[in-house]
Amino acid sequence: MSEVSTGRELDRSLDGRMALVREFWAYFRENRGAVWGLCFFVFIVMVAIFAPLIAPHSPYEQYRDALLVPPAWTEGGQWRFLLGTDAVGRDILSRLIYGSRYSLFIGCIVVGISLVIGVVLGLIAGFFPGAVDTTIMRVMDVLLSFPSLLLALVLVALLGPSFTNAMIAIAIVQQPHYVRLTRAAVITERSKDYVTAAKVSGVRLPRLMFRTVLPNCLAPLIVQAALSFSTAILDAAALGFLGMGAQPPTPEWGTMLAEAREFILRAWWVVTFPGLAILSTVLAINLMGDGLRDALDPKLKRS
Amino acid sequence: MFWFLLRRIALLVPTFLGVTIIAFGFIRLLPGDPVLLMAGERSISPERYQQIMATYGFDRPLWEQYLTFLGNLMHGDLGTSIVTRKPVLQEFLTLFPATVELTVCAILFAIIVGVPAGIIAAVKRRSVFDHAAMTGALIGYSMPIFWWGLLLIIFFSGILRWTPVSGRISLMYYFPHVTGFMLIDSLLSGQKGAFASAVNHLILPTIVLGTIPLAVIARQTRSAMLEVLSDDYVRTARAKGLPPWRVIGVHALRNALIPVITTIGLQTGVLIAGAILTETIFSWPGIGKWMIDSIFRRDYPAVQGGLLLIAIIVMIVNLIVDLMYGLINPKIRHGG
Repeated sequence: MSEVSTGRELDRSLDGRMALVREFWAYFRENRGAVWGLCFFVFIVMVAIFAPLIAPHSPYEQYRDALLVPPAWTEGGQWRFLLGTDAVGRDILSRLIYGSRYSLFIGCIVVGISLVIGVVLGLIAGFFPGAVDTTIMRVMDVLLSFPSLLLALVLVALLGPSFTNAMIAIAIVQQPHYVRLTRAAVITERSKDYVTAAKVSGVRLPRLMFRTVLPNCLAPLIVQAALSFSTAILDAAALGFLGMGAQPPTPEWGTMLAEAREFILRAWWVVTFPGLAILSTVLAINLMGDGLRDALDPKLKRS
Repeated sequence: MFWFLLRRIALLVPTFLGVTIIAFGFIRLLPGDPVLLMAGERSISPERYQQIMATYGFDRPLWEQYLTFLGNLMHGDLGTSIVTRKPVLQEFLTLFPATVELTVCAILFAIIVGVPAGIIAAVKRRSVFDHAAMTGALIGYSMPIFWWGLLLIIFFSGILRWTPVSGRISLMYYFPHVTGFMLIDSLLSGQKGAFASAVNHLILPTIVLGTIPLAVIARQTRSAMLEVLSDDYVRTARAKGLPPWRVIGVHALRNALIPVITTIGLQTGVLIAGAILTETIFSWPGIGKWMIDSIFRRDYPAVQGGLLLIAIIVMIVNLIVDLMYGLINPKIRHGG
């Protein structure tokens, strides 16, 4: 008997979730830019996953007979190097395809780390007003008073320039935003009746924090996650460009730009394509983020 | 207003102390021995090692070192650069005008283009202009500016040969640096063509650095304007038969600008981060390039001092923005 009712409850909650997803999709779909962004993002994810199958060459192989070959459709181009080659004869298209892995990876890891740490700190700050809250928020204020790229740069200088350290530095710089958002949302939620009811019925604090309150604070966090995913990609590329991120010969887009810098007036293609890859990926994610915000923000929802 | 000011400044004290702790901790957090790290590849004799330990105070307890650091800071002593042997503060102040000139021009460019674009986009909502402007803003917002700078160099310097690739002014002009601002100094010098050369050098860096603030300001202006335009008092003003330009330009704009001004103020951090990249691309001799160079030269006192000074500048600008916000919007000043 009891099993039956649990099953039904589960069904209902699943139905409820499906309805939520459907409602979300209805709003999201209306934003044409967001759908385009999503399509392009899925495309980039596919490219990253199937990079070894798609890439015509190895990203590291140097064709010594084909240095700085222009793109195939221009004069002097070769069809085996569709987007041309760089100064040591590596195929730019293949390097871009492999580069998508680094950018998506850094986006995922940075959002993952900063989201988890930020949400936990934000929940703690929101649930323990007084000394704990003040301490956490003052530390976040301090971190936020440095320009993010500068702080990331100095952190990388501390840890030593590498892809992993760039990732850690960017995650540290980004998590204060999650702390602030979570704390603000928790403080709004905490005074609501359902939280009081849960407290009175004896729900223990960790469960109250993570199961009762957190799901209701998710909307701004999801939007922030999309935003910081694109910022992470931009910052990682900037660090790579400054020589403080992934090191050559890694086919990271920013690092590729740094290597291409001295050839800008001779070979436009070595500079143009990596930047275009960064721009279009970031643009797609930002378009998606705008769509997410419109679909999730209850203030803007038409009733 | 006085109490508001005092409260805001009091709030800054713990943040300021935190910033000093981070800047202080920076050198101590470096893995390995700080003296050996500064010595770098060179070997160092035990006597010299002890001497350096004593000069920098590394042999004393940490809290004592911090208090000394704080005390020196209050006297404007930020240590000496390892590379140039000059006081860090002096180096910073010599290069600072170049960065101020660049960032001020960039933010002015962003405001002059962004605010009108946002207003027109809001007034002509869903028009071709609106769509074009907002698409452009989204692209600008997503722009890797270091690549944008390289593209502009390829096009304007490489193909059209209109603008120079790097520096602040052509080498053929030489005049005393009175203010440190090239635009003003070149005018003061009275040399023919000097001002034009300075402007010419400034154009591309200004566009590159102004791109992201421009996009943010245009978007913010548009949404603030849209919100205000649907308010009752705007409808009343229209119903009174006021000319549209008056309704938009005077009644609506005044309220719409409040959030826009905050947005502009919040761009300081973005501008300084952008200045690091822009100055690197255009070999602009400002603090951004100096910070990068110092990091690469392992000139840790310079990095430490620069980090601290930049954070203090950002804090001061944010304070000014807050105060201005209080001046414009009485609700903030009297409440909370």
